[in-house]
Amino acid sequence: MPAITSIAGRGLPLRGDDLDTDRIMPARFLRAVTFEGLENHVFEDDKKDNPNHPFNDAKYKGAAILVVNSNFGCGSSREHAPQGLARYGIQAIVGESFSEIFLGNSAVLGIPCFTAEKTAIEHLQAAIEKSPDLVIEADVANGVVSAGTLGIEATVPSGLRDAFVTDQWNPTAMLLADFDKVRAIAKGLPYVSGF
Amino acid sequence: MPTLFHNVWNAHSVRTLPSGQTQLFVGLHLIHEVTSPQAFDMIRQHGWRVAFPERTFATVDHIVPTSVQKRPFIDLTAEEMTSVLERNCHEYGIQLYAPGASGGEHQGIVHVIGPEMGLTQPGMTIACGDSHTSTHGALGAIAFGIGTSQVRDVLASQSLALDPLKVRRINVDGHLRPGVFAKDVILTIIRRLGVQGGVGFAYEYGGSTVDRMTIDERMTMCNMSIEGGARVGYINPDDTTFRYIEGRPFAPQGPAFTRAVEWWRQIASTPDAEYDDVVHIDAGSIEPTVTWGINPGQSVGIHEAIATNADEEALTFMGFKAGARVEGTRIDVAFIGSCTNGRLSDLEEAAKIVKGRHVAPHVKALVVPGSQAVSRAAVARGLDQVFTNAGFEWRGAGCSMCLAMNPDKLEGNQICASSSNRNFKGRQGSPTGRTLLMSPAMVAAAAVSGEVVDVRAMLDEVHA
Ligand code: SF4
Repeated sequence: MPAITSIAGRGLPLRGDDLDTDRIMPARFLRAVTFEGLENHVFEDDKKDNPNHPFNDAKYKGAAILVVNSNFGCGSSREHAPQGLARYGIQAIVGESFSEIFLGNSAVLGIPCFTAEKTAIEHLQAAIEKSPDLVIEADVANGVVSAGTLGIEATVPSGLRDAFVTDQWNPTAMLLADFDKVRAIAKGLPYVSGF
Repeated sequence: MPTLFHNVWNAHSVRTLPSGQTQLFVGLHLIHEVTSPQAFDMIRQHGWRVAFPERTFATVDHIVPTSVQKRPFIDLTAEEMTSVLERNCHEYGIQLYAPGASGGEHQGIVHVIGPEMGLTQPGMTIACGDSHTSTHGALGAIAFGIGTSQVRDVLASQSLALDPLKVRRINVDGHLRPGVFAKDVILTIIRRLGVQGGVGFAYEYGGSTVDRMTIDERMTMCNMSIEGGARVGYINPDDTTFRYIEGRPFAPQGPAFTRAVEWWRQIASTPDAEYDDVVHIDAGSIEPTVTWGINPGQSVGIHEAIATNADEEALTFMGFKAGARVEGTRIDVAFIGSCTNGRLSDLEEAAKIVKGRHVAPHVKALVVPGSQAVSRAAVARGLDQVFTNAGFEWRGAGCSMCLAMNPDKLEGNQICASSSNRNFKGRQGSPTGRTLLMSPAMVAAAAVSGEVVDVRAMLDEVHA
């Protein structure tokens, strides 16, 4: 598992607040025992509804950095949403704010979610819309997202930032590293020992 | 002084991880058929064991058919997902409640059966691969919705890597007027504080209104915390909580119960607890509330008009005009059920309205009990008859039309009066389907009237 210090790639601006995980990945695509193929269904209903949806737009094809507005990924805890985005090729998301569950689900897949000021996000979205080929660089370690001459302050929550740059963003091994302590805590809990 | 949240957090903190996050022990892990199969595959690939199989319980709810629950299910995908869960539970020694398996009579929505079985207890940390895990906070547990990779982590290590939350105290004081329910209270809170207002917070609900609420009502409140952006919602345990738990299958018995109550009292927030924020809500000002938009914060009191500056996207999708009322909107479907409002008391409130009336001819109406136990209790009281006589379909237990992963779906742009928790675009199975969230009594009133009405007018008739 490599450290993730910075991500570079083209951007995909997706405007709108409160885009929930039912929109990102409608429930009918959760009818499966694997995550395979979810990349084909990201924003499926929104894409059908709107031919100009950014995920339909050829000029954003191959983008690695998704730029969204506020409360992205609210609603259902389904990891199918970030799994679909990851498989689609998204490696980092920059937005005004994220739901906590979505942010955590993305982190364990190695996708950092950067938060930035509303106006900074709007500038970034506008810059990408103007020049879709612009290479965006999202720097986890330093909390900066740059696009050509535009540089905005954009940060990943500190615990996760450290986890990304020190290559500990997939926590299972860490959680198992000191298992005796887990057992000790369990033993000390009255409800585990039967009161 | 610390809050329940801090007390529980500290009691379950294993250590600070190198990343700076806290490793938190998970006291109860609940799993279901939709968000667990990939987690089991991951632990299998790594050759990990399930650390505490006796602390994980499984059921099937999301995809399970509610028309005929005989195995094998007619829906082959539902059958496959259920048998994969059966195999996983069998291989790793986890208790499963599913139709066709032993213990199948306890099957139901994961957030309904946890409390019902006495699995959910005060002071516990609870995790489940479902965002409405916050429901369990009604009994004074700290309960987190998690994703599938975290389900893997809990299976492998019985713990999670988490950052602590701030705590917002929400005081609801005063008397709810007749016809106003816990659902209306939580919809009002979400409307007031916004769908993002709770991000970074645990919501602690209290005040005289909440103190008087039953556990069922408290579950409705905590359930929808996540719709306000709060991952965790809870209510301090009190005598109502202890009475609810006593005698349930997994509750401590005899002297152990007495010792448990002592511990449960100790971990509650003290009156001088310090909060990061405090909000006051006047219960007497709350009206029966209905959503008009595409997120649960977009709601109005039943006699109130939609704001003139309301969100355009939501208005267009729903077909409402700014300044219009939701009252009088013709509905196509009425759904009573879900982990928000699919418990016995919800069905009882709805049945009071339905009794002696009939579903409007153009409305398809269904009642989906939250669990098989709820269903049995309702049947014992004759509620199934009340509903079927009135023209409702009476179904088996499951999530059903709350998220429409089974055949219970809206078609085209149908409008559904629903007792569930989410009115997101496409949530009820049709990309253009429209959901109006409201209390079960309001759904019942809409079903028999064929349109959205103020349930209080019908209550008067019931009482007269
Ligand atoms: S009833 Fe709805 S919200 Fe509750 S667990 Fe099922 S799908 Fe989720």
